[in-house]
Amino acid sequence: MPEGTVCNKKTIDTKEQLDALLADKSGKVYYEEMKSLDVNVDMLKTALKNTLRSRLKTWLEMCAHCGLCADSCFLYLVNKRDPKQVPSYKIQSTLGALVKKVQKGEEITNEFMHYCMDTAWSKCTCCNRCGSYCPYGIDMGIMFGYLRGLLFAQGFVPWELKIGSGMHRVFRAQMDVTNEDWVETCEWMEEEQQDEWPDLKIPVDKEGADIMYTVNAREPKHYPEDIAEAAILFHIAGENWTMPSTGWEQTSLSMFAGDWGACKMQVETVYEAIDRLKPKRAMGTECGHAHRATVVEGPYWVGRKNGQPPVEYIHYVQWVAEALREGKIKIDPDKRIQEPVTYQDSCNYIRNHGMADIVREIMGYMVAPGYFVEMTPNREHNYCCGGGGGFNGMGKYRPQRNVALKCKRDQILATGCKLVVSPCHNCWDAIRDLEEEYEIGIRWSFLKPLLIKMAIIPEHLKPKDE
Amino acid sequence: MYELLTGPLLWLSAAICVVGLLYRIVTYIMGLHWQLDRVAYGANPGRGLKGAALSILAWLIPFGCRNWRVKPGFMLMFFGFHIGLVAVPLFLAGHAVLLKEGLGINWPAMSMGMADALTIIMLVSACFIIGRRILLPEVRIITDFKDWMVLAITVAPFLTGFMAVHEVGESYRFWLLAHIITGEIMLVAIPFTKLFHVVGFFLSRGQLGMDFGIKRGGARKNFAW
Ligand code: SF4
Ligand code: SF4
Repeated sequence: MPEGTVCNKKTIDTKEQLDALLADKSGKVYYEEMKSLDVNVDMLKTALKNTLRSRLKTWLEMCAHCGLCADSCFLYLVNKRDPKQVPSYKIQSTLGALVKKVQKGEEITNEFMHYCMDTAWSKCTCCNRCGSYCPYGIDMGIMFGYLRGLLFAQGFVPWELKIGSGMHRVFRAQMDVTNEDWVETCEWMEEEQQDEWPDLKIPVDKEGADIMYTVNAREPKHYPEDIAEAAILFHIAGENWTMPSTGWEQTSLSMFAGDWGACKMQVETVYEAIDRLKPKRAMGTECGHAHRATVVEGPYWVGRKNGQPPVEYIHYVQWVAEALREGKIKIDPDKRIQEPVTYQDSCNYIRNHGMADIVREIMGYMVAPGYFVEMTPNREHNYCCGGGGGFNGMGKYRPQRNVALKCKRDQILATGCKLVVSPCHNCWDAIRDLEEEYEIGIRWSFLKPLLIKMAIIPEHLKPKDE
Repeated sequence: MYELLTGPLLWLSAAICVVGLLYRIVTYIMGLHWQLDRVAYGANPGRGLKGAALSILAWLIPFGCRNWRVKPGFMLMFFGFHIGLVAVPLFLAGHAVLLKEGLGINWPAMSMGMADALTIIMLVSACFIIGRRILLPEVRIITDFKDWMVLAITVAPFLTGFMAVHEVGESYRFWLLAHIITGEIMLVAIPFTKLFHVVGFFLSRGQLGMDFGIKRGGARKNFAW
């Protein structure tokens, strides 16, 4: 049976296909069928011919096998320095071997494809750290992203990510949240806040606002309070903002899956919302990979030659820093954090968007002097949280993910802090899971709830006593 | 024999090396693609060049990048190996004579003592490289036959040259011929093996610097990625 009923090379474009995949609990049938999934060599050949260009070819060919990248990879360190976790080995034994096999016309077996899948999704989180540590600038994060694309097209992709990319194709969101659900959630959150914040509005589809705000679909699905918190902070800061009724979802599980077609579809809906509502700026929630997808990679997926989204598109931390700097949000000095606290640098907007200084500026406002403790290493050199690149969400690789969490656990323990500020949904989940798994007695938080607790509320915004 | 080796064959191998490297440079640059690489090279040349320069310099300057700072031993070995590798063949008095005779150029030369010292440092560094490849599991697992070949091709002209200059053993003539032949093998091998990193380093490192400088963190702050 070359093509399975649920595990095959087809993309998920209808609700029926998606339901069939979801009905297969934990992907049991899916992974069983994958064991006999054929490899379409012609398709691979064409893909390599069209997309494997000089940069990646040179990386594969020129790698000096010096091993300088080994220590840069947290997965190598955390897996007891297993040589099979050396970045160079991981890519040479997968993408490198694949290219050679295709060139020489050697057989590409199902087992080999399984090895590639396991390596691409459970031995690299695409954190882009190793690139800065290799003399040639060989960035495995980029190469594994590329390999994931090849594997996805062949149907060798973890079950959850096939679902995730299908969600983007069907719902234009990483979860089954329709635009109607979304708008209703916004209305509901607005109503909920009226007692405490009488004039608070969640303006949907307002044209020409200063800020168009976009979110992570799990906010409407699982934590609508996050949307309310965003609205409260905009309210306190007196911002002229809006959220689009379509094109509100900024994340991209399809990026983790290597489904470039779905990536493009998803980002296009956001850019269309920008074109429709013509905001002065766009801004996303605290999610790291959502920012990476929509702002850093997205322009290329949709073919924008200048590499920029249609308007300036900032990360949440940029807005927070600006609001604090300009005094739009003022912090009550007595309510600042007065216990040792550390900060989790998210790969996706620290290395990939240069926000290391800005988040420290924010900490300067929010933490009483003397209480902020850096992790080691930090900033651009920080390690992945352990759950990046889709690692958090794949049942098949849960044991490997739990090992990966030890790196962040030990970094946090070394700071001696019990509170971790973590403005990225992926990092936040990873830290929650590491507490669940290893019980080191820590708390973790996004920026929004902390800011609301310490902000000075202007008199005119307070509820009036009747 | 000697005339042939230091005459036509020398120029032929030098020409193969230069043309081959030019070919490498041209195909590399032509093979870059803004959308597939996801780097808007054309739209932001200034930021790109800055990123590339920062990135290249960080690795060419001792302690310039974080990996040099955390691995000073490797750094010493790296510079010891590469300085000798580049400077000795370029500025050896004996080679300057060849250039004078062949092309009529007055080429600067270093002292013999200097050349000896650099060669010895280079050869000692090579021993460390060999040791690493054998002893460290993380290097052993990625080391293949080609890596040993490339190392042999690189070290041979230095070893033979050193022997010839110091007339070690019986035959000066033997070592000299061996030196010329291995040197020419190396010249020819440069564009066809990993040794093409003599240009590839600048291209590849520069490209990543551009990638970060144009679209990623480097667009907002100076940092050598
Ligand atoms: S540091 Fe770079 S050149 Fe060295 S083994 Fe790793 S990827 Fe290859
Ligand atoms: S991108 Fe990150 S996880 Fe992947 S090999 Fe490099 S350092 Fe390791």
